[in-house]
Amino acid sequence: MDIPFWNREIETLDRASLEKVQLERLRQMVSWALKTPFYGRKLASAGIGSPEDVKSLRDLERIPFTVKDDLRRGFPRGLLAVEMSEVVRIHSSSGTTGIPTVIYFARDDLDRWTDLLARSITATGASSRDILQNMMTYGLFTGGLGLHYGAERVGMTVIPIGGGNTKRQIQTMKDFQTTVLHVTPSYLLHIHSQFENEGVRPGDLAVKRAFIGAEPHSENTRRKIEDLLGIQAFNSYGLSELNGPGVAFECVHRKDMHVWEDAYLIEIIDPKTGQNVEDGQEGEVVLTNLVRRAMPILRYRTRDLAFVHPEPCECGRTHRRLSRILGRTDDMLIINGVNVFPSQIEERIMKVPEVATNYLIHVDKKGALDRLTVKVEIYPKLFLGEAARLEALRARIREELRSSIVISPNVELHEPGSLPVSEGKAKRVVDERPKD
Amino acid sequence: MAKQLTIFVENRAGRLKTITDNLRKSNIDIRAFTIQDRGDYGLLKLIVDKPDDAYLALANLGCACALKDILAISVPDQPGNFHRLTSALAEHNVNVIDAYGFVLQPHKTGVCCMEIDQPQLMKAQEIVAEAGFTVLQDEELYSL
Repeated sequence: MDIPFWNREIETLDRASLEKVQLERLRQMVSWALKTPFYGRKLASAGIGSPEDVKSLRDLERIPFTVKDDLRRGFPRGLLAVEMSEVVRIHSSSGTTGIPTVIYFARDDLDRWTDLLARSITATGASSRDILQNMMTYGLFTGGLGLHYGAERVGMTVIPIGGGNTKRQIQTMKDFQTTVLHVTPSYLLHIHSQFENEGVRPGDLAVKRAFIGAEPHSENTRRKIEDLLGIQAFNSYGLSELNGPGVAFECVHRKDMHVWEDAYLIEIIDPKTGQNVEDGQEGEVVLTNLVRRAMPILRYRTRDLAFVHPEPCECGRTHRRLSRILGRTDDMLIINGVNVFPSQIEERIMKVPEVATNYLIHVDKKGALDRLTVKVEIYPKLFLGEAARLEALRARIREELRSSIVISPNVELHEPGSLPVSEGKAKRVVDERPKD
Repeated sequence: MAKQLTIFVENRAGRLKTITDNLRKSNIDIRAFTIQDRGDYGLLKLIVDKPDDAYLALANLGCACALKDILAISVPDQPGNFHRLTSALAEHNVNVIDAYGFVLQPHKTGVCCMEIDQPQLMKAQEIVAEAGFTVLQDEELYSL
């Protein structure tokens, strides 16, 4: 097989040389991080006052972890290492408490991120001859713009269609003979389920590949996508705190994702003890950004559970591979690619006076798509016996939630006292999605 | 004015029974009822002989319920009478939110219960009376 490379030299670097690059870049990162009040304190507590204090990669373990809360507490500029005039883009994820997690990019940061995506795309065999339909959400979410720029750098023809509007997605695939899709697996399955309605036969389309990510899925789901659409589906991993997509990507062999180790240091830790575990053992993914100047992030606890493959890949890349994400250490739900914390939902609905104290979050699948239902009890003292007011209440709760968690849930109104009462730790989430 | 008891009921098996069971225990007599289906829930609307007692019995149970004023109109059971009533209301631009009717044997007395927006309620009462219908006061309705 002819293996395509974007940057063969760096992608096939032997381990010793790769580690040399990593150490050099880690020192650079430390020097940038020291400019921020947040890491200034954090690194001082670990006895690191200058880049020279990092003698080897093992010194990384001296640095305390960074968690999502740190990013929120530092809002808005506590982790910013450059002047705002140097920042050319801001991305952000919605916060559990209403404080978003903001990520800043300097021009050179965007350039390096874009290059990682060009590398990722090329590793799948896609090239400038391809037409990419990017169905990830654009805007503050990193999935849309991140991959967009990488694809342009590869020279692909990019259709920045964004998410939703299935009819138009299918028509666009047909009109422009799209060859590559960037999409969440659940949405791709949903689109496939609409082919017949739209009068589309597989032969009408030119799609060969799909980059799938932004939500956990099983190998069965991938196989299903590949069989139903007659394409190859490549797993993608990333998170906004570490830029976005392009942290790890599958190559043509589709046997787990190469972590671009010249740009990210990956550790797998025991989430309870915080100690590093051996390659091959499951644990929490911890990532250190090696190439971001405007907002350095060191040892970020992702909450994602996975393991690392140390064995070399047939493609010749030396960068180790990351398994698919096997779960989470926190209660974050991923609904059709969107991260949702139950606490975000609670925060909003508890502000609505007509809602009593009990609620339940229910997740299941309707066809290929995730469906979120928020069940609330109505507060009897504010009940006026009017259906119109109840429907207005339902609409108001839906809108409150949509503005906070981006997706519009079903809202069910229940009798006071009818939802299960919490005993001890409340069970607020029922997730009935098949694990297949 | 006549009172209607509106109760929020989840749309699932056994919920109505819980309510009727409590009304039975409190010795409440139901004169008329209707259910408005809203998908995952419904609104049960009741005319009972002792509305305040019924409200307390259900509220103590934790039910979401409300007592509201409605127009209970005596409409003799003859062709065209209901039309006369609706025409009178329409002429004065009064909107009816919800309505239901029942006929009491053996006198063939028709009773029409109407929910009207609160600001229009008094006006509606006058219009109906002017049109020649009897608006039943609460005691009259409960003792029918």
